[in-house]
Parts: sequence; structure tokens; C-alpha cells
Amino acid sequence: MSIIAFLLAGTLAAALPLLLAALGEMVVEKTGLLNLGIEGMMAIGAAVAFILVFQTGSHSLGFAGGAVAGLVLSMVFAFLVITLKVNEVAAGLALSVLGLGLSALFGKSFESLTVSGLPRLGLPGLSQIPLVGPTLLTQDILVWLAIPFTVALGYVLTRTKPGLVIQAVGENASVARSIGYNVAAIRFAAVGFGGAMAGLGGAYASTVYTPLWADGMIAGRGWIALALVVFGTWKTGRIAFGALLFGVLSLGELMAQATGVNLPSQLLTSLPYVVTILMLVVISRRKGPLAA
Amino acid sequence: MRYRLVARERASRPMMLAAPFIALGLTCLASLILFAALGKPAGAALHALLLRPFLSWYSFTEVLLKMAPLLIIAQGLAIGFRANVFNIGAEGQFIIGAICASALPVWYPMGGVPFMWPLMVVMGALGGMAYALVAAGLRTRFGASEILVTLMMSLIAIQILNYLLLGPWKDPMGFNFPQSVMFPRDAILPTLFAGARTNVSLYFALVASALAWVMMRHHFQGYQLQVGGMAPRAATYAGFDKRRAVWISLALGGIAAGIAGASEVAGPMGQLQRSVSSGYGYAAIIVAYVGGLNPIGIVASSFLISVVYIGGDAATVSAGLPVAATQVFQGMLLVFYLICLTFIRYRIEQVPGVAVRA
Repeated sequence: MSIIAFLLAGTLAAALPLLLAALGEMVVEKTGLLNLGIEGMMAIGAAVAFILVFQTGSHSLGFAGGAVAGLVLSMVFAFLVITLKVNEVAAGLALSVLGLGLSALFGKSFESLTVSGLPRLGLPGLSQIPLVGPTLLTQDILVWLAIPFTVALGYVLTRTKPGLVIQAVGENASVARSIGYNVAAIRFAAVGFGGAMAGLGGAYASTVYTPLWADGMIAGRGWIALALVVFGTWKTGRIAFGALLFGVLSLGELMAQATGVNLPSQLLTSLPYVVTILMLVVISRRKGPLAA
Repeated sequence: MRYRLVARERASRPMMLAAPFIALGLTCLASLILFAALGKPAGAALHALLLRPFLSWYSFTEVLLKMAPLLIIAQGLAIGFRANVFNIGAEGQFIIGAICASALPVWYPMGGVPFMWPLMVVMGALGGMAYALVAAGLRTRFGASEILVTLMMSLIAIQILNYLLLGPWKDPMGFNFPQSVMFPRDAILPTLFAGARTNVSLYFALVASALAWVMMRHHFQGYQLQVGGMAPRAATYAGFDKRRAVWISLALGGIAAGIAGASEVAGPMGQLQRSVSSGYGYAAIIVAYVGGLNPIGIVASSFLISVVYIGGDAATVSAGLPVAATQVFQGMLLVFYLICLTFIRYRIEQVPGVAVRA
């Protein structure tokens, strides 16, 4: 396979775990919270999904289980931070450590085992197009579903009442409260959504993208998702674009290693983080949700 | 019926002291249930985690070896956390400290540099500090969140380490392993006891703890940082400068993490490796919080977490637990501690019958 074909075929799948987790975290941050536990939620989702798919062979069950696992862990975060008013940095990091630990604990006896991935489906009629047909336009079902989902989420957040309520909670919680919105409940829902999306992203990574269990296989994707939210300035379309960009870079790293290109692959890997820091600088000057 | 949390005027001191022990008890209980549910010998696992490290002199010295980096980093971080400056990138500052310290033995693999290991520790401290201060600059100049900047910089630090070990600093005689040359003898920290790996970095950590205590207790800046964290308004009236708190917190956090990184390569590792930090930077955050962000409490919590690390190694053999069990234990410990803390700082009050939305 040529390099172009490899990139066309693989980018969307590489981007998907990042996209799902980042979209979830975006909603959390829009309500004015920061969940640093995403890495742990992706890890636990990945482990639970892998075990379910390995035992039952059902990917649907795996995705559902992964999402539920992420959701459960995120509810611990919500309870600590919203109900008990615990410091969100400490709570988030505690859950990342806990989630990573639990995923390793649960996954221990599945080390190096594999499951079958998902079949790749071509778009009817379009998969005959040379080059892009069998690569870019032939993807698994979750990638195909993620595209309309991303568009719909963007629509809901910017054009509908629930979206505007979320926005209001994040921008001024006390005003939202005085208008009569239940701020705590809205934040609980947002954190739960974020946790489930992170778990789903983890599930996709462990059962479809690289359908093999290895401890630590989430490998910092949760941190990248956090970066991605900043990179995308809390906007769905830009986050999707960022996910593709970060996805290509992660493939570029693989390629550089495989082909022995002289350019240090570490430079490519670091690029998203450097760009994220630059974005933070630019946004903070214009007061983004996190500027304090 | 609705309830709400009302801040207590004064947190009770005995309860503050009891909180970590209550959290430890709950964590043990939860671990027992979890291990049993996974079909592991739960009692044996807990015994290994908490008691094994005390059963031989050697494993006890290993606890002290582990404790040194955790203690010094946590003391550095707690200064910032008390002032609401969240440096969560100690992991990166640790790695950069390790890299800067390694420069000397990599360039002079035969040794012979005067004051070699002390120089390496200083280089590590400076490197860690410089790396952390990038976040301070971006925070004070542009308002960029130090939480995210330090986190991103940790991820970049790992790539810098990989680049050096796969490229220019790779040991030419190292069978292509991603590691540097072995350091000469004068690039290694003196050890404290014969036959054990515990080294002088434990003294660095204890001195840092004493300094942190003095700083918090007596020094004006310490007072300012404390006020800044706990009552921002009062701090502003007292002429408190948030910018200075950001610079000082990140500088001290970076120095501490840098020294720990230097001590690791110049200590038990004896070379620069990819696995130079086994998550010390993140574990130290847990240590700092479980120690109540108090210099004395942190000495105790760093000891506890080190026991669990060494006990975790023992448990892999005796109870068939993966090393990750120690992570689970740490994570639960912090979660339970944070819960305890809430009940110390707040009391639960029933909201009067009127339909008020909380």
C-alpha cells in the first residue's frame, strides 16, 4: 500500500478515539468543569470493552460496556466535584490513576490476546472510485456513525435550547441557577456524557483500531483529548478537524518509524502538544472558558 | 428533602489528623473487596502491600529509596497547590531534570569532572526549574492555564527523552537499547547504608521538607501563598501578588522535581533510561494531597505511598497481583481522602422546606 493510501485508509480510525473523548470533554468543559480523569475513563472503557468482546464476540456489547464503564467512573468524579465540592484537579487526577490501575488489573489475564475488528464498509457506488474508494470511503460502522453524530452534536450545542442552557451554566452558573435551572443536575449529565464518550473512545481503540489487549494501550489518548478541546476552542467542527490532524500525525509517527525517515518521529508526536500550548496562549488572551 | 453543604467556621484539628487514616482504612476495605471479587487472595495481597516492606531490612531501605523522590516532589508541588497554582507537570520537570543531569556523564563518560554528582544535581534542579517556568511565563503574561500547559509539557518531555535515547545519546555499545552509557562512579550519589541502594537524595528530601515547613510557618512568602489559596479576597487586601505566587510556586516545584530526576539517574538507575520516571510526577500529586498539603503530613504520606509501591512489588509474587494494584490503591486513597476532607470542611445542613432550587 502506498503511503497516501495508508494515510487515507487509517486517518479516520486513528482520529476516532480522540474525537469521541474530546467531544465528550468539550461538553463537560462547556458547563464550566475540567475533567482530568478522561485518561482513566478511556482506559477502563478499553479494558471492559475488550473483555466483553473477547468473551461474547459482540462488538455492540463491547461498545455499550465500555461506555457504561466510563460513565460509572465519571459519576464518581461528578459526585466528588459537584456534590462534595472537592478540588477538580485532585479529583480528576485521582480518577485517571484509578482508571489506569483498574484497567490494568482487569486486563491482566487478557494480556496480548486479540479479538477480531469490525468489517470495513464501503459507501455503495462510491467505493469503486480509484484510490479514495477502497481507502478513505471504506470505513467501519462506527466511523460512519461518528460523522452524523458530530454534526448533530454541533447543532444541538449551538442551535437548540439544551445547548444554550449548557452554555449558560458554563458562562455564569449563578445566573443560570437564579433563572431556575438545576445547575448541579445539568453538570452531572454533562460529566456523565463525557465519561461515556471517553469510555466509548477507549472501547473503539481496544476492540477495533488495535484489537489487541496490552497494558497501557490507551497511551495518553485521554491527555491528547484534553489538548484537542483547547485546540478546537470548544467548537465541534474545529475539534473534528483537530482530531483528524492529530490522527494523521500519529500515523506519521508510525510511518517515520517503519520507513526509517530521518526526521525524528518525536517531533511529529510533540507537534499537537506544542500547537495546543500556542492555542492556549492565543485563546487565553481572548478569555476562553479556562482563563482565570 | 434536600441537603446542602455549609462551610464550617473552623475545621477540627483532630479530624484533619484522622482523615488520612480513615481514608487508609476505607481504601484497605475497598481493596479487600476488589481483590476478592477478582479471585485473588485478598488477605495475602493486603498483607504484602502494607506489611511485607517492614519484614526485611533490605525492603525497608527500598521504601526509603522510593520515598526520596516522592517526598521532595510533593513538597515542591504542595507549595503551589496551597496557593491554587496547579503544576501537574512534575512528571515532565522530573524527566527534564534527569536529562540535564545526564548531560555531564554522557559528555564525560570517563568521569573526572570535579564535584561531578553535586554538579549533576544542580543541573537537574536548574533544568526542572527552567522547564516549569515556561508555564509560569505563559500564565502570567497571557493567562494560559498552567494546568494544561504543564500537562502538555510533560508529554513533550517524554518525546525529548525518546529522541535523545534513540538518537544522539544512545549508548553506542548498548546493543541498540534506548539508554545512555552507564555513568562513571563519580557521577553516582553516595549511598547511606552498606548493601542498600538508599542514597543521599533522602537527605535532600528531608531538608526540603524542613525548608517547606519553615517557609509555611514563618516566612512571609509562605504566608502569602497560603492566604492566596484559602482566601483570595483577604490576600488581595494584604497586598498579595498572584503573579509572584505563580512564579515562585512553579520555580520551586520545578527545582524539586528536577532534583528528584537527577537523583534517579545518578542513583538507582546509573544511566538515563526511557523508564526513568515510573510516574513519580503523578504519584507525588497524590502524596501532596493525602498529606493534607502540610509539610509534616507529606513526610508521612510519602512514606505510606512508598510502602505501597514496594509492597506492590511483593504482591506480584506472593498474591499474583499486577503492579497496577498499587495504582488502584493510590487512586482510591486519594478519592477517599478527598471525601473525608469535605466532611471536615463542611457540615451537612437540611435545606428548609421552601422549594428552593439548589
